[in-house]
Amino acid sequence: MSIEVTNIIKSFNEQPVLKDISLRVDTGELVALLGPSGCGKTTLLRVIAGLELPDSGRIMLHDEDVAKVQAGKRKVGFVFQHYALFRHMTVFENVAFGLRVRRGASRLAKGAIRQKVTKLLQLIQMENLADRYPHQLSGGQRQRVALVRALAVEPKILLLDEPFGSLDARVRQELRTWLRKLHDEIHLTGIFVTHDQEEALEVADRVVVMDQGKIEQVGTPQEVFHNPASEFVMTFLGNVNLFHGRVEDGKITLGQAGSATDTQIITRLFVRPHDFEVSRTPAADNFQAAILRINAAGPNVRLELKSRFNEEFAADISHELARSLNLNAGDTVYVKPRNVRVFPPNHKAD
Amino acid sequence: MVQQAYGEIKLEQAGTIRPTHRQAAVRNTESAPVRWALTGIALLFLGLFLFLPLLLVFIEAFRNGIATYIAALRNDETFSAICLTLLVVAVAVPINAVFGIAAAWLIAKHDFRGKSILTTLIDLPFTVSPVIAGLLFILLFGANGWLGPWLAERDLKVVFAVPGIVIATMFVTFPFVARELVPLMQVQGDEEEQAALLLGANGWQTFRRITLPNIKWALVYGLILCTARAVGEFGAVSVVSGHIRGQTNTMTLQVEILFNEYNFVGAFAAASLLSAFALVTLLVKNIIERFSPEFVKK
Repeated sequence: MSIEVTNIIKSFNEQPVLKDISLRVDTGELVALLGPSGCGKTTLLRVIAGLELPDSGRIMLHDEDVAKVQAGKRKVGFVFQHYALFRHMTVFENVAFGLRVRRGASRLAKGAIRQKVTKLLQLIQMENLADRYPHQLSGGQRQRVALVRALAVEPKILLLDEPFGSLDARVRQELRTWLRKLHDEIHLTGIFVTHDQEEALEVADRVVVMDQGKIEQVGTPQEVFHNPASEFVMTFLGNVNLFHGRVEDGKITLGQAGSATDTQIITRLFVRPHDFEVSRTPAADNFQAAILRINAAGPNVRLELKSRFNEEFAADISHELARSLNLNAGDTVYVKPRNVRVFPPNHKAD
Repeated sequence: MVQQAYGEIKLEQAGTIRPTHRQAAVRNTESAPVRWALTGIALLFLGLFLFLPLLLVFIEAFRNGIATYIAALRNDETFSAICLTLLVVAVAVPINAVFGIAAAWLIAKHDFRGKSILTTLIDLPFTVSPVIAGLLFILLFGANGWLGPWLAERDLKVVFAVPGIVIATMFVTFPFVARELVPLMQVQGDEEEQAALLLGANGWQTFRRITLPNIKWALVYGLILCTARAVGEFGAVSVVSGHIRGQTNTMTLQVEILFNEYNFVGAFAAASLLSAFALVTLLVKNIIERFSPEFVKK
């Protein structure tokens, strides 16, 4: 079941939230909507689910226009950020709800409902907690109940709003892996909203980066991470250092002292912390920097540096290299950026 | 309702008592004489203004023995007043429950123009004197009122008849249900309802299986207050009733009439029923507060 939205526009109180959004998600794909809070990602999800009506634009689910289809009839599973479990029902009744409210031919017999719900609870290893109430569960357990409650009605599409947003780091990591595995097993078309770039890059087949009601970039995790289309994507995905410099005849000069001549363009240069070569010897293609702090707790050693152009930046190097260079705070080193990114001025982030 | 953890400092568990703790403990606990004096004043006040009058009602009612008491209640006019009060409650309270739920649902779960005006209007019956409320309905439905001629043409009697009493009671007791529900529904939000709709439930199923269970205790609580007020209403009903003996006198009106006729046993017998009902109401209210943790936690 594919999802296709075209030219979606939506505002709240004359405040534009979605500015002409078009996106296609293919059958079986798991896509992340990634962006800072207030970028419109949750609104887009709710528009697809039918919880909000767009001001204009078209929503197609499996090549069928659903403009006039009510939320409940779109066969969309939705997991709310704060789970929205029915507080007065047990875990079992929560999961069974979607089956119990069915009317007519699709209605299941009581025994069939019991069997199905038990199977779903086994899937999340919570069959022994079936009689608990939501307030007796941990955050991770609630999240999983919310997920299988949505799956119980066998939706073709699963939409998750910040699925791991309010969980602690370890449970997050567990559920992330679990969601990815589950998706690979049952092959739903899924969209999840997140503001956590790590989560998006790790779980999703494709990532949609959004900012201020617009889509900045759509691509595989590798594409958006290694080939960001704009300054916003570059800065939002992972740590990044900003340098100021000048471009002239295809050559970049660091530093911004003095004013640019006519043939020079002042520009902003982006380098990820792991894209530096650090050495003790000066060369033509490196520049001098002073070490402000060294943080060796982690998979890499992080150097906080100050360049001779007075710009502070961070560089990640391996523990081996740090040991062989025998670095101390206050030392002078020479750094060479391996991978410098410059974005055209019209893509400049606000 | 909620027990105050007042100045509770567990000195035994704290290894060392820092001076600030000791000062706080001293400041929070008045000396024994002051405590006794305060408690005494409170008890004296309660006894004088609540307990004693209540006791007097029952003493006066039973002054001439149980037989006279029962005879007083079986008096035709008093008995018809009891029936009328029960009828008014049976009609007004359910209608107010429906309106109250609808109004609370509108206010708590929807945004619309004029919402603040509606919220204010719901409180109007609390601020308007019941007598004025009664007069409003005379002006509206009375013989010379706006709708009077229209009603007369169709031979419908509203004022000085049972419908007028029901309407006046509904007006005065309208806020109770809505006021209990609005804050609770606002806290609960509408995500559960949205989840139910997305799982395929229709509007009625969502209301019956999700909304109603979530507001159940607040609703019962509101209904109890509403019923108590409907039974005890005097001012508005007095204006619209017309005091037709055996026909349009509710219990409160009957008590007044009997009292004015120096029929003290009759007056206090009827009053004792009203008081007993008030006590039962308090009891039920307390039981609900004890056994409905989710409601008290609101």
